[in-house]
Amino acid sequence: MKFSGKRLLSICLIIAGYLFVAGPVSSPVNAQPPRIVEITAKRFGFSPGEIILKKNETVILRLRSEDVTHGFFLRALKLDEDISPDAPTDIAVTPTTAGTFTTICDHFCGANHGNMKMTIVVE
Amino acid sequence: MTSNRRSFMKIAGTALGIGVLYQAVPAAALTGEAGEMFRFLGKRNGERVTPFSFVQLSDAHVGFNGPPDPLGTKAFERAVEMVNALPQRPDLVLFTGDLTHDTEDKDVHAQRMKQFKEISGHLNVPLIKCVAGEHDAGLDNSALYREFFGETYYSFDHRGMHFIALDNVSQGKPKVGAEQLEWLKKDLSRFSKSAPIVVFTHRPLFDLKPEWEWFTSDGDDVMNVLAPYENVTVLYGHIHRDDAHEEGHVHHYAAKSLIFAFPDPAKVADKKPIPFDKDLPFKNLGIRVVEANAKGSTSERSIAIEDVELTAREFMGINGVQQILKEPSM
Repeated sequence: MKFSGKRLLSICLIIAGYLFVAGPVSSPVNAQPPRIVEITAKRFGFSPGEIILKKNETVILRLRSEDVTHGFFLRALKLDEDISPDAPTDIAVTPTTAGTFTTICDHFCGANHGNMKMTIVVE
Repeated sequence: MTSNRRSFMKIAGTALGIGVLYQAVPAAALTGEAGEMFRFLGKRNGERVTPFSFVQLSDAHVGFNGPPDPLGTKAFERAVEMVNALPQRPDLVLFTGDLTHDTEDKDVHAQRMKQFKEISGHLNVPLIKCVAGEHDAGLDNSALYREFFGETYYSFDHRGMHFIALDNVSQGKPKVGAEQLEWLKKDLSRFSKSAPIVVFTHRPLFDLKPEWEWFTSDGDDVMNVLAPYENVTVLYGHIHRDDAHEEGHVHHYAAKSLIFAFPDPAKVADKKPIPFDKDLPFKNLGIRVVEANAKGSTSERSIAIEDVELTAREFMGINGVQQILKEPSM
């Protein structure tokens, strides 16, 4: 079977998706509470622009918006959240493979929305 | 019979310079074996398909001010002229979104929509149909768009072909949503599996480049609803470049923009528009041409594609339009 480059890319993304675990916030028994990583969204960027996570470490991504509703989308992590300016959004993430991933705002927020992104590095 | 059904959906195109002209049915299909196939499908599907052509235009972004493109609506206006100059008048023009550029000033945005209607109103075609892009409808859940253009998803039949407009922008997200999916199922339920169907929408319904927001999050759900149908073509915009993609028996085609172009995501890391070239102001705003394969293969879908770029010699005051044929992109 012959695959095109785009199809291969899609397949790689699907496989990458299975290598990650993301889900609701919960604390394992007898474990320390997960580290909280704060991320702020504001037209048209995220702050910080890059975060570093450790492989197999569960962290809480605490997402805030300073202006309008933004999105937080990363296919490989199966993340697709809205970030409301009214309240922070918490996501528990446990990356299981190393790599560098681009997260984008996928809730249209204005003219330069198309370049609103940040980087998640998993070591 | 399966192979004949596939050839039924051959879509032919002719170079316009800007936009895409589709010939829904090759004239040759009316004779011989193919003619019998058309008569057979006519009985099964109701109205018999008769030859016609239509044009896809996309991403005019009326109201956009450069960089990279300081020419505003010039390419859009030029596209209208070229459509009107076609030797065979198309039945239909489809706009696949981002008719206007967004602004938070409702009055300014309304003025842009009005300007879009004024320019597109010069098209000498019987029918114009639109879908919204996120720049039209993403900030206000399509409230203003609907005032000017009506519902954001709908369907209609034309000469035996079923057209479906899908909205994957109005929720702010690249998403169609459960309500529209239910509507799509009902809309399709009256058709046989062999019905010729053209879906037009703004964003790609597959993961073309998620990091550039070139995807629809529930695009797979849409394609699952369409999967039983044997003759489906999806036309979209958003990516400001031509692209052809095949998944199962469904073919997806993007049209170039009428404002500026994006590069090939396989070749560059960043999503930055291709710089404006004042000597070739319409470069990369040309068209992707789709035409029936002259080989007439019936065992596989026979589609040939040419890219035609319009260099704006005419616009720059030099007589004539220079069209440069490139190698087929697929």
